[in-house]
Amino acid sequence: MSVPSLVHMAIAMITAPLIFGIINRTKSLFGGREGPPLLQQYFDIAKLLQKGTVYSRTTSWVFRAGPVIGLACVLIALALLPLGPLPALCSFPGDFIVMIGLLAVMRFFTMLAAIDAGSSFEGMGASREATFSALAEPALFLCFAAISQKAASLSLSDMFLRHSGDATHGSAPAPALLAVALFVVFLAENARIPVDDPNTHLELTMIHEVMALDYGGPDLAFIFYASALKLWILGALVVNVVLSGIESAWAVLAGLFFLAIIVGAVESTMARLKLLRVPQLLIGAGALAMLTLIVAMG
Amino acid sequence: MRLRNAQCISRADITAFPIDDFRSHIVKAVNQGARIAAFFCHDGLLIAVLARDEEGILETISSRANAAYASITPDCPQAHWFEREIYEQSGVKPEGHPNLNPIRSGQSEFFRVDGEEVHEVAVGPVHAGIIEPGHFRFQCHGENVLHLEIALGYQHRGVEAALVGGPDKRAIHLMETLAGDTTIGHATAYAQIIEALSPARLSARAMVVRGIALELERLANHTGDLGALANDVGYLPTGAYCGRVRGDFLNMTALICGSRFGRGLVRPGGAGFDIDASLVDELSDRLDLAFRDLAGAADLLWNSASVMARFENVGTLSLETALKLGIVGPAARACGIERDVRHDFANGVFGFSQIPISTAPSGDAFARAFVRWLEIQRSAAFIREQLEHLPIGSIGSQVHALAPDSFCVSLVEGWRGEICHAALTDSSGRFAQYKIIDPSFHNWFALAMAMRNQQISDFPLCNKSFNLSYCGHDL
Repeated sequence: MSVPSLVHMAIAMITAPLIFGIINRTKSLFGGREGPPLLQQYFDIAKLLQKGTVYSRTTSWVFRAGPVIGLACVLIALALLPLGPLPALCSFPGDFIVMIGLLAVMRFFTMLAAIDAGSSFEGMGASREATFSALAEPALFLCFAAISQKAASLSLSDMFLRHSGDATHGSAPAPALLAVALFVVFLAENARIPVDDPNTHLELTMIHEVMALDYGGPDLAFIFYASALKLWILGALVVNVVLSGIESAWAVLAGLFFLAIIVGAVESTMARLKLLRVPQLLIGAGALAMLTLIVAMG
Repeated sequence: MRLRNAQCISRADITAFPIDDFRSHIVKAVNQGARIAAFFCHDGLLIAVLARDEEGILETISSRANAAYASITPDCPQAHWFEREIYEQSGVKPEGHPNLNPIRSGQSEFFRVDGEEVHEVAVGPVHAGIIEPGHFRFQCHGENVLHLEIALGYQHRGVEAALVGGPDKRAIHLMETLAGDTTIGHATAYAQIIEALSPARLSARAMVVRGIALELERLANHTGDLGALANDVGYLPTGAYCGRVRGDFLNMTALICGSRFGRGLVRPGGAGFDIDASLVDELSDRLDLAFRDLAGAADLLWNSASVMARFENVGTLSLETALKLGIVGPAARACGIERDVRHDFANGVFGFSQIPISTAPSGDAFARAFVRWLEIQRSAAFIREQLEHLPIGSIGSQVHALAPDSFCVSLVEGWRGEICHAALTDSSGRFAQYKIIDPSFHNWFALAMAMRNQQISDFPLCNKSFNLSYCGHDL
């Protein structure tokens, strides 16, 4: 454990909710509105943490465990990720598999908790999440496989950590292809347009939001915060691939904020996909990732 | 008896048939292209108003029914909702009707599909958005909707009952709040009834002011709908701009009468507010500005492939189903049916200045959205034209006591479709019955049909493309 790696954790944990603020401000600008303050997500989390909670009598411990396990998983996953020259809190061969696994455990408990609420809406949301993540996860695996092939290592730190004077190290194969594949996975996993609509209030069309419908108070704050961190982690992967060869942590941070603007622009300029079309998009991302892997092996 | 829109006739002139002939007459007329505009029971007397769109004729027939009669619905699906209402309100039983659940006083039994992997989703009556209450029961197989049943009545206020014995001072206010978004439409239909039964002559200027108000209401609501449709598929720019422009149109109505929804603007005998010369200029300027912004927002919508992919082939209603259900308004015109009260039963200013009928052939959510855009353009052009040539004269005329023992049907093309009011007066010239048929009454079942074999996640989009009224239906 080193000081720089703790600094990285601290930066991520403090700035993650800001990304939502940037996305929302970008969307507001496109819509001709002023929009919510950049720090709105912090205000929301702070407000929710001060509130009490109400639980339905239908629910069991699974429902209460969902948000806690989700946040724990995403925090551990964060500890495995390096940021620019700042090393990860811990690293070992095969840690990227652990990271994908942690995100899967998070999703698994979110879905279980949603089903535990006993509402038909949440059941539908869980079923959609299961279907789409079954396609997004292999795509993410293939992306990592391609990067690790090039880096000749199974550790995230070896894949992404910047060393001064070593320009080739950590660069991804066919970065454009890989970035597109990762970006699609990033949008899908974080429930953004065109896969999901984070702003909708229509239960019948939701995927991710619907699974959090029965939560309030600190539980909801945990869910918001965990989604912000998840957005940070997957966003950092995209940025790392695009900015391979750049050695500054600030550049990666700036890249993340720029990514947020791109997400906002995407959400402002296209409609959400029909639910039936989402698998095709995710399979497309998987195919791109597979192509990168073939390039990396060649 | 064949009568025109807003024509007063004696109750004795309504053609009376024995019940079997009454039934076969309706079935035959509907097979020949007529539509049931109203069908209700007054004191054991069944009264049906058949609209013959091509001739512009409203045929009214009646029949004495005892406790029960053979249901018309199996031979004529249009009668479905009407007969449920008749049974609920009067207890006269249409025997052989497939579904006699009440339409307003709470439905407890629902059709149910059984089988493995079939699940039921219940939505409402309390919804997540700021909308009216209604209950939707879906029978689904995975994401696929096999059947949707719509249960309404949560907004039932007893308006029709409150109007019996009228008209009184309250009546016009009840009309303006039948469906808040159709204030002008319902108030105009009511005013036409009073003017026909009184009788009162409407000045040309009052007609034009009313016509402008009706089209402004259409502009505001159609614009709001386009924005809401864009929002439902997550397309922000059009959603945001249409929301603002809708406000601009509402403010134009407010400029005339002080109320964004047009309360107080339409009064029996004329209009409550005049449009003076300075207002004409102001309204023209505002119309041009709002329309320019709206055209930009609409262009964005039609030119986004991702939006069109969501709108096209969603919630398609076939022409055959639409004709069978006798639906009205933009939903009917989106199936290619040329049906518009402003054209078929032209009254008031529309008798002098025709607005072309806007249709689209495909019957899907796209067609329903596109018909709205066509109508927006034509309504804007109409308002511009009328503002330029505002007739001179007064805006109000005297209304007298209503003719006793009379009957009158009044149709108005509200922004949602055909609004039908029918009034029967007693021997002292008071309302013995006042029947209101909001366009939603015809169209709710069409929404259920359009959802068959659709994705349940497309329901909000489909629902919005019809945008039916709950309170207008529940009364």
